[in-house]
Amino acid sequence: MKTNYLKDFLNDTGEVARFSVRFFKEAFKPRFETTEFLKQCFFIGYKSLPLVTTTAFIMGLVITMQSRPTLVEFGAEAWLPQMISLSLVREIAPVITALICAGKIGSGIGAELGSMKVTEQIDAMEVSGTNPFKFLVVTRILATTLLVPILAIIAGAVSLYGGYLGANIHGVVSWDLFWNQIFESLYYGDVVPSIIKTFFFGFTIGAIGCYMGFSSNKGTEGVGRSANSAVVISSLIVFIMDLIAVQIADVLKLT
Amino acid sequence: MIEAMEQKIAHVVQESLPVIQIRHLYKSFGANQVLKNFSLDLIKGETMVVLGKSGSGKSVLIKCIIGLLKPDSGTISVFGKNIPDLDHDELDRVRAKVGFLFQSNALYDSMTVRENLEFPLRRHWIDLSKDEVFSLVSEALTNVGLADTLDMMPAELSGGMRKRIALARTLILKPEIILYDEPTTGLDPITGQEISSLMMELQKKYHTSSIIISHDMKCVKMVANRIAMLIDGTRYACDTYKALEASDDDRIKQFFK
Ligand SMILES: Nc1ncnc2c1ncn2[C@@H]1O[C@H](COP(=O)(O)OP(=O)(O)O)[C@@H](O)[C@H]1O
Ligand SMILES: [Mg+2]
Repeated sequence: MKTNYLKDFLNDTGEVARFSVRFFKEAFKPRFETTEFLKQCFFIGYKSLPLVTTTAFIMGLVITMQSRPTLVEFGAEAWLPQMISLSLVREIAPVITALICAGKIGSGIGAELGSMKVTEQIDAMEVSGTNPFKFLVVTRILATTLLVPILAIIAGAVSLYGGYLGANIHGVVSWDLFWNQIFESLYYGDVVPSIIKTFFFGFTIGAIGCYMGFSSNKGTEGVGRSANSAVVISSLIVFIMDLIAVQIADVLKLT
Repeated sequence: MIEAMEQKIAHVVQESLPVIQIRHLYKSFGANQVLKNFSLDLIKGETMVVLGKSGSGKSVLIKCIIGLLKPDSGTISVFGKNIPDLDHDELDRVRAKVGFLFQSNALYDSMTVRENLEFPLRRHWIDLSKDEVFSLVSEALTNVGLADTLDMMPAELSGGMRKRIALARTLILKPEIILYDEPTTGLDPITGQEISSLMMELQKKYHTSSIIISHDMKCVKMVANRIAMLIDGTRYACDTYKALEASDDDRIKQFFK
């Protein structure tokens, strides 16, 4: 039994790798499905922006409020903006955005492509002179790879705004001072790696969602399973990648 | 009248080359050997029914013909081109002339009826004008008697209507060959009858050759010029409805009860 799980896992890993390689092969060959790509970008933005911004705002506010008492105790209240900006921009915003997108976009892609597979819509596209991999997979992976970073940047900004409000509930920090302090404390070494990693998060979410959808088997149960695995696996990979990203940044002395 | 038609077909058969010629086709999935040395000819203008039990590999057969599945060995020549040898562009050119009606209709859920019908047009015949596309879409919808569903979503349609739309989408490129995968399965008998008549009518109107997979003996009797029996992965028999009905082979007889 145990060897079977391992075998399945290795098998799936190999398949996902092959899937990603195929993406890079096909993404740069014409014809480019621009309309479908833009449609997907719109859907992704439209579907996840409200949730991403709300969550980011609340996280910013809450983390600020909870960090404040400790800093007050050490008389380091003035450091509040610095401290929250580091955690929000470097960790919270990218990871929260990625997790929300994994839940909303990744599962959506898994379910959509899964049901298209099961009801032969993917075959129908192929006989209609369309490469379904290009039309469905390449457009979606490109869209998530582009949109997750944009959403993460918006989430970062909104969470800092939440932090500003949080800082002002008990204390007083002026708008100018707050933002000055934040921009002083954030270096390229903080911002750039956190943006770079969101591209990887976006790619993972799109690729796993598409892979799960494309490999669903017959029956509506298969579709549900695709959607579910897409969320679980891509969330897990997001965390693992985040861990690796932190190690790399550490080794490169970007901290 | 059927005799007269059969004679006419026999006449045509003698004259013309097959549009589809399948020779020694083998296809397996893992240990599951689905097609074993299957051979078949489809003559121009002919309606061939493929009859076989569920799971016998009928869908696999026609998916091999359209290039959705790659056979392990054997040749499938469509309009003189061997499908497994073709590259993507060549395959697309053949596919533009071969319609495929999917068992589950395969209408795109996220698109309206109009977009569904436009899809193959815009993909295969890239340089059509807007007016041309619209008139072809209208013609196709009128053909299946559903001109007023243009802006509806597939989910809003009944099973019979969806089948008609799928048929319209298959016919919109005016294919010379149509492959039908169980066109009446899952429909009530009356709707099934309607779809069969519609298929016949459009068959005559556009002079298509076709391979129809079906269990529905009423439909088979109505549309088939010849019937190929797919048993144990091979072509067990191939003859007219009358000849097969009169056969005293048990494995054939069980289909005609
Ligand atoms: N893509 C596939 N992968 C693995 N097995 C398949 C696939 N498609 C069909 N099969 C198997 O091939 C056999 C024939 O299937 P099919 O052609 O769909 O039967 P039917 O005659 O009912 O249309 C079945 O045993 C099925 O499990
Ligand atoms: Mg079938």
